[in-house]
Amino acid sequence: MADAYKDYENKLPKKILDEVRQYAAGASDAKLKKILTTVYQEYVKTAVDPGEAVGNVAAESIGEPGTQMTLDTFHFAGVSEMNVTMGLPRLIEVLDARKTISTELMEVFLLSPYNTGTDIKRIAEKIKETSFREYIDEIDIDVLEAAMTVRLNKHKMSLVDADSAKLIKILQKTFKNVDFKAVGDVTIVATSTAKDDQLKEIYRLKEKIKDVYINGAKGIKMVLPVKRGDEYMIVTAGSNLKRIMKIEGVDVSRTTTNNLYEIEELFGIEAARQAIMNEVNKVLDNQGIDIDIRHIMLAADTMTMSGNMLGISRYGIVKEKPSVLARASFETPLKHFFNAAVTGEEDTLNSVIENVMLNQPVPLGTGLPKLTMKLSGKKTKKAEA
Amino acid sequence: MLIPKNKLAKYIEELNLIEQTQGQSERRDRIAEIVAELKTINKCPHCAAKQKKVTIEKPTTYLEDERRISPIEIRTRLERVSDDDLPVFGINPRSMRPEWSILTVLPIPPVTMRPSITLETGERSEDDLTHKLGDIVRINQRLFENINAGAPEIIIEDLWDLLQYHVTTFFDNEVSQLPPARHRSGQPLKTISARIKSKEGRIRHNLAGKRTNFSARTVISPDPAIEINEVGVPKVMAMKLTVPERVTTWNMNYLKEFIKKGPKLYSGANYIIRPDGKRKRVTDETKEQLLEDIQPGYVVERHLLDGDIALFNRQPSLHRMSMMCHRVRVLPGLTLRLNPAVCEPYNADFDGDEMNLHIPQTEEARAEAEVLMEVQTQIVSPRYGLSIIGCNQDAISGNYILSKYLSFSKQEAIDLLASVGIMEFKKLPNKKVISGREVFSVLLPDDFSFTAEPKSNKPTDIENAVVIKSGVFEKGVLDKSQLGAGAGLLLRTLHKKYGPDVMGQILGCIYKMGIHVLLKYGFSAGISDIDLSPEAEDKIRLLLNEAENDVHKMIAGYEQKTLDLLPGRTLDETLELRILERLNQVRNETGRVVAENAMTTTGTMMMVRSGARGNLINVAQMAACVGQQAFRGGRISSGYKGRTLSCFKRGDLGPEARGFIRNSFKSGLRPHEMFFMAMTGRDSLMDTALRTPKSGYLYRRLANAMQDLKVEYDNSVRDASGKIVQFNYGEDNLDVSRTEAGRLNVKKIIEGLNE
Repeated sequence: MADAYKDYENKLPKKILDEVRQYAAGASDAKLKKILTTVYQEYVKTAVDPGEAVGNVAAESIGEPGTQMTLDTFHFAGVSEMNVTMGLPRLIEVLDARKTISTELMEVFLLSPYNTGTDIKRIAEKIKETSFREYIDEIDIDVLEAAMTVRLNKHKMSLVDADSAKLIKILQKTFKNVDFKAVGDVTIVATSTAKDDQLKEIYRLKEKIKDVYINGAKGIKMVLPVKRGDEYMIVTAGSNLKRIMKIEGVDVSRTTTNNLYEIEELFGIEAARQAIMNEVNKVLDNQGIDIDIRHIMLAADTMTMSGNMLGISRYGIVKEKPSVLARASFETPLKHFFNAAVTGEEDTLNSVIENVMLNQPVPLGTGLPKLTMKLSGKKTKKAEA
Repeated sequence: MLIPKNKLAKYIEELNLIEQTQGQSERRDRIAEIVAELKTINKCPHCAAKQKKVTIEKPTTYLEDERRISPIEIRTRLERVSDDDLPVFGINPRSMRPEWSILTVLPIPPVTMRPSITLETGERSEDDLTHKLGDIVRINQRLFENINAGAPEIIIEDLWDLLQYHVTTFFDNEVSQLPPARHRSGQPLKTISARIKSKEGRIRHNLAGKRTNFSARTVISPDPAIEINEVGVPKVMAMKLTVPERVTTWNMNYLKEFIKKGPKLYSGANYIIRPDGKRKRVTDETKEQLLEDIQPGYVVERHLLDGDIALFNRQPSLHRMSMMCHRVRVLPGLTLRLNPAVCEPYNADFDGDEMNLHIPQTEEARAEAEVLMEVQTQIVSPRYGLSIIGCNQDAISGNYILSKYLSFSKQEAIDLLASVGIMEFKKLPNKKVISGREVFSVLLPDDFSFTAEPKSNKPTDIENAVVIKSGVFEKGVLDKSQLGAGAGLLLRTLHKKYGPDVMGQILGCIYKMGIHVLLKYGFSAGISDIDLSPEAEDKIRLLLNEAENDVHKMIAGYEQKTLDLLPGRTLDETLELRILERLNQVRNETGRVVAENAMTTTGTMMMVRSGARGNLINVAQMAACVGQQAFRGGRISSGYKGRTLSCFKRGDLGPEARGFIRNSFKSGLRPHEMFFMAMTGRDSLMDTALRTPKSGYLYRRLANAMQDLKVEYDNSVRDASGKIVQFNYGEDNLDVSRTEAGRLNVKKIIEGLNE
């Protein structure tokens, strides 16, 4: 029985074979053979023809529904989550492979037991980038002593397992000529060690100290514990995948970001390809637009095939085209002509647009096969006879 | 050059390697890096002389240590750059020398490139380039005279600069920091670079864009009486558009008939083409002569006939279904006619849309159009693998009524079928009363079986699920999910089983059936369709009051700060979200009341039920309550200081003051409600206007980036230079337009074998 499948292992995609296994379970050998031949015949019938302009079809399929998408709408993903750029602007952003995106966002999944909601606030607090500002309850400045007393927020500190000693250590590192001392649990006294103008120094410190980075993953500006389905997870504004994956309790295998470059850097170009597909799909699902995955896959593959992520723009994919005329017909034709003249480029007329310009058949579809008829002398003789 | 000898060789070797392995564009990137690296050298490695500081004063002045260098000097210096050094600067010495970038003579384009136009008044108007050349010659002459006369240096330098300006703008009139040369009217001259650039330039307008003969354009109008793969062509058009037919001994007499009729009578001919390529116009005078001359080898350009191949297109051509092949059907009237079932792929309506018609002129073109582009071959969209052509509007509601309510006498049934074009009535059961389903069965093939999945587990839905056994429509109700575009499950199954041609033909019949049902039995919609009973009206009023009270309670809670905060939200945000949620909820509740209480057999409700037009929300908005107007993702909040309109109190957060429309369209909107509605209406109008160019540009970029990708004979997807993009298209080689929603339905194939 396994033999029957073996014959088709190289002929049929694995997914289809698996389906046959599922639906034809328990069929007799002869029956199975028949099923497989029929499925194979159907498969050949549904397969693409050589020469098919799949790129163009993909571009049409993604471009055409663009007109139906909404613009600049901030969408609420659920009732209480944060605003996210969706729709056409986001699609453009992804396909452009922009370095800076309008809303960075992470979905942090958690391991058990945290995904049931235990301690979720603690983890969330750990992830969030906090500056010293948030630990301050009150600041007093003693003008005579040129000293500053900072009263800390105990609750906030307990959330991230911090104490005044820890904080002082961080502060001391950033401000070299200030002396920090802990007075009790929740108070820090700072005195300047500068030679003169100590008071001025302290006043300046008062503002500067607020922006000192204390805890959490840099770039994470907001955290939001949410319940999705049966489990709790954390959605963050801002993204720092590398850092967050190191935090205990985070489910590394599912946690993800919408920043494509972070994914590329961390997991490589194949992961970036998948991330492009996921991001495009997210937009399309959100807008209720149905596009076959193959088209999105092809777009993602074109963007990533060189090994780097290239945007679909004049600085990305189009720049890489070998033909001068193809590049010139897109944007900035003069620049391309100058460069081509200087380097003495040749155009081998392999792609579509050059042949359109020259009124020649395009090397796609029916323009691909180059057949010449062989007029044999014999047949004409026979016809005469 | 200031490059050490050893480094030079290394760089050139590296660059050649990059070009071979990675291509021209990477080479260029590397060159930019190398030039940046070499810029730091300021001492000659050969003679140890120091490099002076050269600066550009844009656009055309070069200074060396504050002293101006003349172009002549620059040119002599550039001449001395050796060929060996050039590759490092990205210059290929075989095609370009750096000194060539400084002109010693100016090439003058011939007049064919700059034709002068004679205006009606007899005045001659010269081309912009000619004007520019005139300027150059004039200044050059003045410069020449001044130099000869030994004028002071200052004057010569000024004239020199002026000449430089004119030459610069002759090539590019948009150089930054230079004022563009202008006409006397103040409009900038269009010089060489402007001719090449942009959408209206030579490249995109003339080279990548083509114009064609044998095409026509006019307003479109619907005609369900023609087949879906036909196009109604007005007679006047059919007499201007022609098809060339070659004369053979066998068709000579047939073609002579066309010439006899001449160009002024329909189904005549306009031209004949002799074997030597000479075109002769057919006129009443030349007719006799041509009829005598004609012999095999001649070509007759005859008028369009029914059944000729034509390409039909509507802009914007966003996907391949925007240009399909139709058969010509010459009709009286002055508009192009199309079957309304093909509106969807063209995205056409009849509010004044125009469409284009092209007549292919060679056998090859006609064959390709017929095989690859005809309407029935395009039924399944390659975007998602479902049918994009299907019944719409009247065709859906008609078939809905037919399958749900109607029954006929035999005469009536035959009458209906005949008006659809069916002349074979064997399948009609020999009964007194024939149900609508039995009439519909006549359209279906005898061996067709189909069972639809019920939409839900509700008894009514199970009852309404379509069941067809061996070509007999046994039970169920036809609606959009079976017949419509996009879904069209019944149609999709027909397509899969019988192929595009049969499916196209059946679709045509089903479509006409729907329309003729409505024609014969009448269908209308009116305001009374959405009348509700007083009880239902009361219920709606109660629901709305309740919701408004809830909202006011929330506001009270907000003011006393007792409102429960949503996680991660401020008090203000929480209030807004809660109110929005509550108000949307009440809109849905009122909608449900309407759905339960409205008469199901009125035209409006029938359209909604069948999916032909409108949905329950639309009905609810007409009958019960329009609902909250959303503006930029929230309730309406901007306007006057602290309030939306001056008829409200400052700081009023109530539903009414923030864009909740409590009235229905039937009861009529109050002035402020109408204003809020206009606000959101204008906003969505703006959204559409801004979106169209953005998405158009995205599409253009996508198409440009991906147009060269094709499937090779080894099933890999490659670009124009043969680089592999995918090893197998879409990982499984399936053509989306041949799949069912992107899948090969293995289950169905196996089930088909089991039967």
